[in-house]
Amino acid sequence: MSAPILLSVAGVTKSFGPQRVLDGIDLEVPTGAIAAVLGPSGCGKTTLLRLIAGFDELDSGTISIAGQVVAAGPPTAAGSRRSRPTSLPPERRGVGVVPQEGALFPHLDLEGNVGYGLANRGKGTDRVREMLALVGLGGMERKRPHELSGGQQQRAALARALAPGPALILLDEPFSSLDAAMRAQVRDEVFEVLRAAGATAVLVTHDQQEALSVADQVAVLLGGRVAQCGEPTDLYVAPASRAVATFVGEAVVLPGVASGATALCALGELSLTAGAPTFGEVELVIRPEQFAIGDVEGPGTAGVVIGRSYYGHDGVARVQLGTGEVVVCRTPAGWLPTRGDAVRVQVATPVIAFAAAG
Amino acid sequence: MTRPRPPLALVLPAAAAAVIAVTPLWYLLDRTFDRGAGALVDELWRRRTLDLVVRSLGLTLAVTALCIVIGLGAAWLVVRSDLPGRRLLRVAFTLPLAIPSYLSAFAWISWRPGLAGFGGATLVLTLVSYPYVMLPAAAALARLDPAHDDVARSLGKSRLHVLLRLTLPQIRSSIAAGALLVALYVLSDFGAVAAMRYEVFTWVIYGAYRAGFNPSRAAILATVLVLLAMVLVVAESRARGRAAARVGSGTARRHVPVKLGRATPVAYVFCIAVLAPALAFPIWRILTWVSSYASTDLDLADVATALGNTLVLAGLAAVATVLLAFPTGVLAARSNSRVARTLERSTYLAHGLPGIVVAISLVYVGVRILEPIYLEVPLLIIGYVVLFIPLAVGAVRASVEQSPVRLEEVARSLGDRPSAVVRRVTAPLAAPGIAAGAALVLLATMKELPVTLVLHPTGTDTLATQLWQYTAVSDYANAGPYALALVLFAAIPTALLGASASRRPKAGVLS
Repeated sequence: MSAPILLSVAGVTKSFGPQRVLDGIDLEVPTGAIAAVLGPSGCGKTTLLRLIAGFDELDSGTISIAGQVVAAGPPTAAGSRRSRPTSLPPERRGVGVVPQEGALFPHLDLEGNVGYGLANRGKGTDRVREMLALVGLGGMERKRPHELSGGQQQRAALARALAPGPALILLDEPFSSLDAAMRAQVRDEVFEVLRAAGATAVLVTHDQQEALSVADQVAVLLGGRVAQCGEPTDLYVAPASRAVATFVGEAVVLPGVASGATALCALGELSLTAGAPTFGEVELVIRPEQFAIGDVEGPGTAGVVIGRSYYGHDGVARVQLGTGEVVVCRTPAGWLPTRGDAVRVQVATPVIAFAAAG
Repeated sequence: MTRPRPPLALVLPAAAAAVIAVTPLWYLLDRTFDRGAGALVDELWRRRTLDLVVRSLGLTLAVTALCIVIGLGAAWLVVRSDLPGRRLLRVAFTLPLAIPSYLSAFAWISWRPGLAGFGGATLVLTLVSYPYVMLPAAAALARLDPAHDDVARSLGKSRLHVLLRLTLPQIRSSIAAGALLVALYVLSDFGAVAAMRYEVFTWVIYGAYRAGFNPSRAAILATVLVLLAMVLVVAESRARGRAAARVGSGTARRHVPVKLGRATPVAYVFCIAVLAPALAFPIWRILTWVSSYASTDLDLADVATALGNTLVLAGLAAVATVLLAFPTGVLAARSNSRVARTLERSTYLAHGLPGIVVAISLVYVGVRILEPIYLEVPLLIIGYVVLFIPLAVGAVRASVEQSPVRLEEVARSLGDRPSAVVRRVTAPLAAPGIAAGAALVLLATMKELPVTLVLHPTGTDTLATQLWQYTAVSDYANAGPYALALVLFAAIPTALLGASASRRPKAGVLS
């Protein structure tokens, strides 16, 4: 990307007591981009966000926003003049935060909430009106937070964060408290607003669907490290490790032996994607939608359906192969086997493979 | 998440509060070791001192046990049963807090002088202090998850089993906190035991102070009393156990009231058996005194002056205490640094300091280093602050803890410095808790006797000092109007506290 880098995180570590939560994080977000930090609960993603916002202090590494170092660990090189870690307080970082559940100030109305940061930066009530209109809450200046729905609270929190014109917006699992029916809608509205405002944003989430659908760039955080950072399609199609492959999207992992461009496994000989190992024991990562499932007369490996889920637009069947392995296959909407059915499954497209561990 | 460094804007005033709270104790220890360890040991091993310990502990034990029984029963009836009129009863059960112990004691002893002694002291102290158990127990009962009861009943357990094995263990920490308040109250009460002429520490200390001013003996006895109080505080933190928290998310349903059915009359008998002696009897006695007031030459203008003095002093004490407690309360809620913990604990030292001890310590402080304000209003206010700052710190802490830290972090990211965050977010959100703390201090100051008696400026009489002066010489006709004014004005903050504490449970308001 050609846009200049707005947020730069380099070699950041953070421990709480004996537990190292962040173990050398590198991340760069270009101006105007929306980046997602995706990871399971406990992977340290919220800690990273708190370090960027300035709510906690890092142990080592550097965080820069718009070229200014806002946090840096103690210098490692001898002779440096800095003796203490640098940490710009949150109020001087120019970072807007949209926390979980919005965290609107309950003692202030919407105007008070959205205008909270403006008093400090010499802007007036016109800006409040403009911001409320931007998030679709125009005319609701006098409403109190408890009078708003969950989605409205979330949008008001976004307006509050955007109002002072921060360089960077941080969103911490902002949609997790909304019910499923509302989540997608509020999410789309929020990111439309962010794009319209040309904001640079970092979204922290454990929801891979959310990360893949809204972000320009996704960093997968596993065990305190960035396991992979890239565009959403790259993560899904070309995961860097088995861990990323199984975390981002559903996948079945089968052992196999690679030989050239193909590998032999319980499903027979499958072709491999470019970049897979060409020799030796491998782990094959197969997405549910790569399976073609059909009745027992058809081609493929024989198996028995041991479980199924129906979703309307399609379904998923769990099939136990004759060799004992269980695979998860997406089935077309019109064709759903029942438990105990004998079926055949086959994989037509190239599959991802990683060298077997150990 | 904790802030690495608590802001100096909070630490400095909190440190000032801690110094004020700790100074009396320091002077007390200084006095105790004044004449060397030998004199100390002699004084301690006197037969009379050991008798005092036994008598004080016996009274404390008896009153605390009775208060747990009455307080739990009342809490259960007003929170969990379908007793008609339970809302009104809730406030009625709280109102004895408005009656000073010495007033209740004089009400009884003026009616039946034979009550003087252990029995009378136990009776009076139980009747005025059971609300200290009832209020936290009621709040804890209201907080419990009704789903637990439902699950246990569906597993075939009886109501009694649920109460004994499920409910009581879960509210144990609240009961322990309330029992501690009662025990400390009994140990430090001065008025009731003096009126009942039952020789325990506080009365003997006051005697040693009044009769010829034997400072070392008063100081040594006061130190023993403080040690007893400290033992109670430690014992309570052991007995408290792990606080029961609601596991799982989702909104807890409201409790379905337990149907009393044919037991309803029994419940009313319990209510009458408590409220008649605790509330109706002292009020009846006060009204009797007032009706005989016509035969005296008491000037009502004096009563008005004393009322004015009481209100001004209590107002000043409430404002000063809350202002000084606020930084400490915020620090305690928001930082777990060593500095914050130390500052909070310093203010809690006074938790175990009986009023008479604070009073006598401040006499030493006043005579030695604060001569200009000795027997002036500022030193009296300092006395109230030392006594009641734990109430206000607890209230501020509990209300600040209830508002999420996230709000303060958001305010920081919107450009506020830490001091601005306290002013614009923390303080407004904690306002209800701060108000409750102020009401507690107001109430406690109006009723307070020993510190007021020892430190009040000459010529500035309060309702409490006047009441004490007349009742001590059995002049009940003259005491009547003062008693009536005190109880009426103390009832206002008490009723507010009773209504709010049970409607919206605020942990720690009373502890």
